[in-house]
Amino acid sequence: MFKPVPRSDSPMRNRTSLPAWVKPVLPWLGVSLFMGAFFFYPIAHILWMGLNPASITSIDRSSVNLAIRSLLTSFYQAGLSTLLTLALGLPTAFLFSHYAFKGKLFLRALTAIPFMLPTVVVAAGFNALLGPRGWVNLGLMDLFHLQNAPITFVGTFGAILMAHVFYNTTIVIRLVGNTLSRLDPRTEQAAQTLGSNPWQVLRHVTLPLLRPSILAASLLVFIFDFTSFGVILLLGKPGFSTLEVEIYRQAIQMFNLPLAGLLSLIQLLCTLVFSILYSRILRRDPVTSAPRSAQENIRKAQTVLQKIILSVLVVFLLAFFLLPLISLPVRSITRLEADRGARDQVRTGFTGDYYSELFINRRESLFYVPPFTAIAISTGYAALTVLLSLLIGFPVASALARPGRMERLLDPLLMLPLGASAVTLGLGFIVSFNRPPLALVNSPFLAPLAHTLIALPFVIRSLQPALASIPDPLRQAAAALGASPVRVWAAVDWPIVGRATLSAGVFAFTISLGEFGASSLVVRPEYPTMPIAIARFLSQPGGMNYGQAMAMATILMLVCGLGILLIERLRLPGTGEF
Amino acid sequence: MKPIRMILFLIILISLVACAPAGPVTLTVMTHDSFSASEPVILAFEQANNVKIMFLKSGDAGTALNKAILTKDAPLADVFYGVDNTFLSRAMEAGIYESYSSPLLAEIPAEFKLDPQDRALPVDYGDICINYDRAYFSTHLLSLPVTLEDLAKPEYKGLLVVENPASSSPGLAFLLATVAHFGDGGYLDYWRSLRANDVQVVDGWETAYYTNFSASSGHGPQSMVVSYNTSPAAEVVYASPPVTDAPTASLLGPGTCFRQIEFVGILKGSKNLELAKKFIDFMLGQKFQEDIPLQMFMYPVNSNAHLPEEFSLYAGQASQPASLAPAVIAANRERWIADWTEAVLH
Repeated sequence: MFKPVPRSDSPMRNRTSLPAWVKPVLPWLGVSLFMGAFFFYPIAHILWMGLNPASITSIDRSSVNLAIRSLLTSFYQAGLSTLLTLALGLPTAFLFSHYAFKGKLFLRALTAIPFMLPTVVVAAGFNALLGPRGWVNLGLMDLFHLQNAPITFVGTFGAILMAHVFYNTTIVIRLVGNTLSRLDPRTEQAAQTLGSNPWQVLRHVTLPLLRPSILAASLLVFIFDFTSFGVILLLGKPGFSTLEVEIYRQAIQMFNLPLAGLLSLIQLLCTLVFSILYSRILRRDPVTSAPRSAQENIRKAQTVLQKIILSVLVVFLLAFFLLPLISLPVRSITRLEADRGARDQVRTGFTGDYYSELFINRRESLFYVPPFTAIAISTGYAALTVLLSLLIGFPVASALARPGRMERLLDPLLMLPLGASAVTLGLGFIVSFNRPPLALVNSPFLAPLAHTLIALPFVIRSLQPALASIPDPLRQAAAALGASPVRVWAAVDWPIVGRATLSAGVFAFTISLGEFGASSLVVRPEYPTMPIAIARFLSQPGGMNYGQAMAMATILMLVCGLGILLIERLRLPGTGEF
Repeated sequence: MKPIRMILFLIILISLVACAPAGPVTLTVMTHDSFSASEPVILAFEQANNVKIMFLKSGDAGTALNKAILTKDAPLADVFYGVDNTFLSRAMEAGIYESYSSPLLAEIPAEFKLDPQDRALPVDYGDICINYDRAYFSTHLLSLPVTLEDLAKPEYKGLLVVENPASSSPGLAFLLATVAHFGDGGYLDYWRSLRANDVQVVDGWETAYYTNFSASSGHGPQSMVVSYNTSPAAEVVYASPPVTDAPTASLLGPGTCFRQIEFVGILKGSKNLELAKKFIDFMLGQKFQEDIPLQMFMYPVNSNAHLPEEFSLYAGQASQPASLAPAVIAANRERWIADWTEAVLH
């Protein structure tokens, strides 16, 4: 018989007796505590040490000029890099989300690997390919009988741009690709039925729907390029100085804390401004549409033109991402002798020596890093980072999907960890956490905390468009049918954002695996991560050291690739095709 | 359990814990990233003194020093190793060290004892010299440059790669060598002549050595690189497959190398003063000193320490290395780097 629903279960009545301000604040509690303790406090502490009223007078005219010059350089290279990254990333995102072809899974994983590799490794890869004695130059010299290397790559502005594109295209592919593959094809089809040509469909239908994710991706890529350090130092022209590089020089080499503090502050303020701009633009007429299954949008190339374009793009992507990376495994099994014979002959032979040497502590060094330990620690830290950043980031992304006053205020602050210089953050950690109650400076958990700080903005920005795209009528319908808020979330939100969560998890995983800047400042020698182990090998001369660095880098690439493939294949319960 | 039994139980437990035999004390040693030591050597010290040593690797020399200075009110460690002569002034001014006149200083030559108050004690030294590719020079029948001036000669055009002193410690050392040789008024002209001779500048040692240098695994285009006088020995030790002779050697002419000395000191505020002193004695003692060459590829300061064969055969020492007083370096470093950048990079 019909059982009357007790009035207390009605979803329309606010059953709790909490004051009205509690609910908006709740999702932000976790992230506020986390960022407050591990970001704002250390940064404020170190900035205060540099920029207090007593020391601020040491900043003179030439310092200000230096600050302005570095700022403009940062802007210039980051802006150009972002545009180029979008130019490659958007077509690729479109390719992955709309077409099925052989080797797609491999190519997807391939584009994500650079992101996790420390700069020393990427620089080594580019050198092997495009350096003064890289394959391309050697090949050209052979072909045209030239004396000197025709292509100068390392040490140019172009190298910086190319390395940035190499690193960050995956951000665009993931963020925009996710949204693209869930687009309702019927909207576009309707537009075409009504007489629009493909360009008009793109302009008036597709792009507005993609705007949130394109903006999110551009913002992340820009900030990453803005604060880029290793790439500038290893591949750029000496003397080319961005804010981040100057902060390092002033803080460490010159011990000019006031100037370093000023530069850090400028960098943080810029990040804040970009963040605020991003939120402002996003808030203008957000478009939502019920996400569709990813399979709906996938088809095989049909016309000849489509097939040609597809092949060209795939070949280009393969070349661009594979060639620099492939040199690392090749060099790890090739014997490159420094012998006394003819210099233009590089005597080669295959060897597994570098790999076997990794497992031997020949000098009985106290700081020997067994490869499996490094892998275990790196992946352990990465797992912790994924857990923490998802736990803290998910509520925030949900709150941001339906922005209220609280969200508008706090949203721009989320990106700040990305815009903080690794040097400033590292030093901030040192001065803030060296005494109780937060005596964490020697804790092995400081590194994953630092990783989480950097991964959080990615995770939040990655989840946000997906969460924002859930149309409210679906939720309201569920609520009207009697579902509690938790059930609404489980039955409506979760299946749709499940895959976005996976994607965000992959981001956090890859960021943690490849993190080097902040890690090098807080990692304990007993808990080494793989990038640090690689850098150690490259800091000493000797073929064995170089070979072991290549071997370790190859192992890192394999671990990364495997990790990505596994996570992508993961099927979360309740998410189904979404 | 009855309350009285509970209290008795707790009292017994607490007294057991309090009276437990003293476990090893932890001595924290802060070092730069290039620090290395053999496990048996350190283990022997730990066992002899019932101590557990925790090493804190803290970045390159500059970063580690800055961390020590920034935390001097609540030091991160008991002992700090890693300050070199280019940073010594900064360390002294910040007053981070506790003075300790170790008895082992008697075994160390006076030229290394740059601090008369024994706050910073020397541990190892090395020369930043130009390494050259032996095969290249013999194949092209080139004679070796002897002095710094020779490097500007046309036969060496485009053959030298140096590091940016603003971001690299060997780069800075080489700049200081030129300042010491040509003086404040003349070094910039020298660098302009080098620039006219197509000297390559890169930002870091890794790039210079592994990308540009022809005798490393990178097989680059430059046959001379600013590196350490121990690098040829490292090339032999870490060769794969083993080699019978070093592929590189250093230019050791007068004034062409810059001497770098690394120091250790007890941090003020350390709670383990006695142990720290013992550790310093240990670092200056023969066992640790003889371990340094093959671990850190630097020379030991202790005159009684024996050098490994690879060092005597393949590494060389400059007879007249360039040096500048730490205070002079501290006062002028920024200006020299800025002027150098203007003359060479802009």
